[in-house]
Amino acid sequence: MASIPASIDEASALLADHGYIADRSLATVLFLSLRLQRPLFLEGEAGVGKTEIAKVLAEGLGRRLIRLQCYEGLDVSSALYEWNYAAQMIEIRLAEASGIDDRDRLSDDVFAEKFLIRRPLLEALSPDERGAPILLIDELDRTDAAFEAFLLEVLSDFQVTIPEIGVVKASEPPIVVITSNRTREVHDALKRRCLYHWLDYPDAEREQAILKSRQPGIPETLTRAIVSFVQALRQEDLFKAPGIAETLDWAAALSELDAVTLEPSLVADTLGVLLKYQDDIVRMSEGETARILQGIGGQKRKA
Amino acid sequence: MVAERGRLAENIVIFARSLRVAGLKIGPAAVADAVAAVAAGGLSRREDFFWILHSSFVRRREDSAVFREAFELFWRHRGLLQGLTGMTAAVPEIEPSAEEFARSQKPRRRVADAFAAEARGQQQKIETEYDMRETQSADEVLRTKDFAEMTAAEIDEARKAVARLVLPDDRVRKRRHMAAAKGRRIDMRATMRGAPGAGGAMRLKWQAPRVEAPPLVAILDISGSMSDYSRMMLHFLHALSQRREVHTFLFGTRFSNVTRALSRKDVDAALAACAAQVPDWSGGTRIASALHTFNRYWSRRVLGRGAVVLLVTDGLERDETAHLGFEMDRLGRSCRRLIWLNPLLRYDGFEARAAGIKAMLPHVDDFRTVHNLAAITDICRALAGDAPASAAA
Repeated sequence: MASIPASIDEASALLADHGYIADRSLATVLFLSLRLQRPLFLEGEAGVGKTEIAKVLAEGLGRRLIRLQCYEGLDVSSALYEWNYAAQMIEIRLAEASGIDDRDRLSDDVFAEKFLIRRPLLEALSPDERGAPILLIDELDRTDAAFEAFLLEVLSDFQVTIPEIGVVKASEPPIVVITSNRTREVHDALKRRCLYHWLDYPDAEREQAILKSRQPGIPETLTRAIVSFVQALRQEDLFKAPGIAETLDWAAALSELDAVTLEPSLVADTLGVLLKYQDDIVRMSEGETARILQGIGGQKRKA
Repeated sequence: MVAERGRLAENIVIFARSLRVAGLKIGPAAVADAVAAVAAGGLSRREDFFWILHSSFVRRREDSAVFREAFELFWRHRGLLQGLTGMTAAVPEIEPSAEEFARSQKPRRRVADAFAAEARGQQQKIETEYDMRETQSADEVLRTKDFAEMTAAEIDEARKAVARLVLPDDRVRKRRHMAAAKGRRIDMRATMRGAPGAGGAMRLKWQAPRVEAPPLVAILDISGSMSDYSRMMLHFLHALSQRREVHTFLFGTRFSNVTRALSRKDVDAALAACAAQVPDWSGGTRIASALHTFNRYWSRRVLGRGAVVLLVTDGLERDETAHLGFEMDRLGRSCRRLIWLNPLLRYDGFEARAAGIKAMLPHVDDFRTVHNLAAITDICRALAGDAPASAAA
């Protein structure tokens, strides 16, 4: 089991060892979050690798990854705990049959730990032999403000209250990573408890490194061309610019098609992998992509 | 002494009435409390007197500044403060802190208005102007407007209009459930919790989906041609934002998000913050580029969860009409409902002749006017999803 990184460089190396090329700012905030035991709040466009950090971290530290995917209507029974009602009812029937009429005892029997179904948040507060787990609260912006308010207790004290049992407190606080696509603003009260980081699109150099580590089979020249094209595409006036996930998908698609160089017609045929809005695809007609490709070629000659 | 106390009680009643005009919510019970409190607390020190009345009349933090202003005006006028000062040797002055002082500057106009109304006599009703054009003051001509200087009469009118608002059907069903007497889903958790207490007997508890007003996104044109209406709309939105989630954007030649500024409780402070944030009041307008900015940078952040968009503009775009149609189309498809509020609609025989209006019209779900308070009430009907009122009503 790997230990918590002792420096920013170590944090950076930990991520790199597992195929995540982070820039210095991200490595710094991650290091601080691990050191100070504060949740890490990652915000950024879709497909820039927010969720991936938690996965890589779990792998790198050899911890268990517990994921809570947020959605509208997420409530306590699917995030924290639920009782096994069927088993509880049987317990009540048995008690009736055996003539137990002590209400307090019945209550204790029915709300015993064995009837408790643990959901991700409660799971994350429970001890684990591999060390405190990684709790990934994914796409927090998809749930509502009421759930955020509920998270406040969990994230500030790493404890939850179950009315029938009492307060459950983590012996060792989990490593919490929260992600948001920013489809709405998350409340300040929650952000205040976390270390905030805005994850941006990577620069060309880093994107190339990511592509190389994830898709090692692609020739060097094509990798460079793919990255230059995607970087240029992000400068265009698009509704949704492609993220790193799209770059990787596109590279995989091109490699499946045995592409060696980027041809305008090939780009036009596979543009659906990079751009997901019809307006954007129409805007990037064949002439436009040819112009961008030419621009890349010009840059390369100059360089 | 008894007669004096009677006079004091009468003064407190008048004072309370003035505070009410200035916008504080004061019921008869609070007035009775205040009289009793003054009787109990005594009148020996000016500061005590201030805080005794404060404790009875001020229920919200943002009212404190208005109260302080009103207190100074009212009791100085009646010579009571001097009287008190004479009674004790060293009276600590109530020095407002710098921050409080800054805030108190804005309520001044409202308070002054309240007392002016009181001086004219209680029978005299405050005149209300229904057409907003006629309530404009001279300083509106200034390019950087001070919205905060709205008169109490206007605020009062806006408040009344908002109080009349009924939003009966503007509710969407959420995925979250809550306890309900006549629900559709069994609330097992509550049912089981009740079971041991009832000796094992199961009494079913029910749940129903929660219903909520969806967020409202207002995009306001503040160019020169719209200047008469944007202020009233801001008041309306401020009042609305006290009850539901409202995101407000202003555009002229630039595009700004004033949601945070508008979220201040005191309407004067909120509008002042808006005015300070936006550099282009009453300038030109570029609707297409404003909508483009919104679509590109904000739509994904604020249009989730079934938002309703209120677009307030006259649609008088000089160029870029081709782009305008495109951006309107995008906007119309990103939200649950797009309502266009256009003050030009009030003119009889209004026709969509301008190229900009023609380009925008096909993409909106509803098209309404905003020229007066009656029209604002109409907006509420639009939000509720009623059929559009006849044009230029």
